[in-house]
Amino acid sequence: MATVKTYDPELLRAERRKRENIRRLKGLGLHALLITILGVMLYPVIWMVLSALRPETEIFGDMGFIPTNWTLENFVRGWQLYGDLTFTQFYVNSFIICALAIIGNLLACSMAAYAFARLEFRGKWWLFAIMLGTMMLPIHVQLIPQYIFFLNIGWVNTILPLVVPKFLAHDAFFIFLMVQFMRSLPHELEQAAIVDGASYWQRYWRIILPLSMPALATTAVFTFINTYNDFFSQLIYLTDTDRMTVPVALRLFLDPSGGSSSFGGLFAMVLVSIGPVLGFFLASQRLLTKGIATQGFK
Amino acid sequence: MASVTLQNLTKTYAGGQLRAVNDVSLEIEDGEFLVLVGPSGCGKSTALRMIAGLEEITDGAVWIGDEFVNDTHPKDRDIAMVFQSYALYPHMSVYDNIAFPLQIAKMPKEEVDKRVQEAARVLELEAYLKRRPGQLSGGQRQRVAMGRAIVRKPSVFLMDEPLSNLDAKLRVQMRAEIASIQHRLGVTTVYVTHDQVEAMTMGHRVALLKDGVLQQVDTPSNIYNKPRNTFVAAFIGSPTMNMYWAELEKESDTLFLRLGDNRLKLPATLVEQFSSLSQYAGRKLIVGIRPEDLAEASSIANADPSDCIAAEVDLVEALGSDVIVHIGIDAKPAEVRSSDSLDEIKSKAGKARCIARFNAKSQVRLGDTVTVWFDTTRMHFFDGETGLSILN
Repeated sequence: MATVKTYDPELLRAERRKRENIRRLKGLGLHALLITILGVMLYPVIWMVLSALRPETEIFGDMGFIPTNWTLENFVRGWQLYGDLTFTQFYVNSFIICALAIIGNLLACSMAAYAFARLEFRGKWWLFAIMLGTMMLPIHVQLIPQYIFFLNIGWVNTILPLVVPKFLAHDAFFIFLMVQFMRSLPHELEQAAIVDGASYWQRYWRIILPLSMPALATTAVFTFINTYNDFFSQLIYLTDTDRMTVPVALRLFLDPSGGSSSFGGLFAMVLVSIGPVLGFFLASQRLLTKGIATQGFK
Repeated sequence: MASVTLQNLTKTYAGGQLRAVNDVSLEIEDGEFLVLVGPSGCGKSTALRMIAGLEEITDGAVWIGDEFVNDTHPKDRDIAMVFQSYALYPHMSVYDNIAFPLQIAKMPKEEVDKRVQEAARVLELEAYLKRRPGQLSGGQRQRVAMGRAIVRKPSVFLMDEPLSNLDAKLRVQMRAEIASIQHRLGVTTVYVTHDQVEAMTMGHRVALLKDGVLQQVDTPSNIYNKPRNTFVAAFIGSPTMNMYWAELEKESDTLFLRLGDNRLKLPATLVEQFSSLSQYAGRKLIVGIRPEDLAEASSIANADPSDCIAAEVDLVEALGSDVIVHIGIDAKPAEVRSSDSLDEIKSKAGKARCIARFNAKSQVRLGDTVTVWFDTTRMHFFDGETGLSILN
């Protein structure tokens, strides 16, 4: 005989409500914690933004968080740094270097990656290991020998030391990134191209490269961000003021000798300088995550 | 067009320890459709890739027409290959996929366009030329892969399990289409598959490989009706051939086959036709019979009781067109596994399963005792030691 199964729906609902309340409380606590941490981290940025929008004299004089007088004067003065030299020139300089670095990295790193990923040649694994090893060398170790080398060949105070190495597959990380991506492409595609009569170059250019678009996009975005933000190399290789790039030019607002520094202009230009990186990042965010996710980096 | 000749073709891996293809010699005639078939890992794809030039040849030779091509680059072999995954370039349109080999060959644009349009018409792809492969169904992708192969007008088509990614219905349709295209173009074709239905229906001849060793090359009909050894007999046919250890007993001029407790009389015509059979009298051998060569005795007019065995029904599978009936008979089954060695033809104690294909009208039910008629004229006999057919 079948037994009649009963349950108390009210008790069930009360239990469910209790569980729901605990879950909500936990969520609330976690969010409060996260928002506090976020506030601490964002405070300097918000302070900088508000300082850029208040008169120079109020930046350190008025300790209030919200400016009493709002102004865009810092942006105008900051852009026209001194005389004929404006930030337009620095942006042009930065963008030229970034564009050449991106083209160089995309071409050279993808070619090197194709060789490592798809071609068979003697010493391949040794070379690959050495290449990976170079990723562990800090830039400071390479700096002095590189500087002396570029000085000897007369490249200092030109953009060549910043750009030419990119055309020689200088960034091991991007080679590695693309090697991993290219290895994941089906071998049959390339074998089909071999049977179809495609040469090494045609296989690379017409099959592998277009299919590596996510990895190429990742490389392009990271190269742009790295190059645009690269203060150190640009500082030591570019000495003439009219050849300076945005991060180096920002330093001109400060007088290290203790003279007058223009903090209003500095904050305004720092704010403007974030724009291209942010814009580039947002525009390519989808490709970037796709490229990284495909590598299993996550 | 060209013939393809394989001479003692061998491929080893791991420093010779693993022989993927072992001393395969084969002559594929000009315009012939040869199907290379065998179980997974038998070396059929490796052999095909050696013909294509995608795999280095360890030993032996490949000739395409009169040309020795061992060291010839794949692009210079005048071949076209269709891959299992189709290997369509996902970033190119259907048009560009088909045109790719012609563009690589730097053919004039007008000629490229003419050939692509012609291939698209033959394959009914005209409406899809602007689409990307990702926007096509499996069957359409398969046709694009075919288009890329035929557009070059090669001497030889090489196809590596091109239908294995399709569903059953589409596979039947594409099977017929590929066979028809090959027939129309008359291009020598080597087709690799593990599907015996494809092997039996598509090719002029079938080459069966096992563990890299060629077992038999013959017409589909001969492969089915005159298998050279137990492996071929067991591999071709679905349901597979029933095979048992048996003994031949001679009484005066008549040969009887002892299957466990059962005894079947062999027809005099068979004994006359295959004189070698008599030499096995008193010896153990392996006997094989296909499910369709068994029938319900009640459905056969004047069925000789000496050709019949009564057995219990274990399982009934009604397929609509016919009924597959599993019965248990008193015999020792001979199982053919993955190697040539007869050690692997093992016996099992107790009743052996026997599969019969009965007429769709059969009323046989699970648990019934049914009298099964054996068409002894269609029986296959294999040497108990070598596994080779006694009848060939």
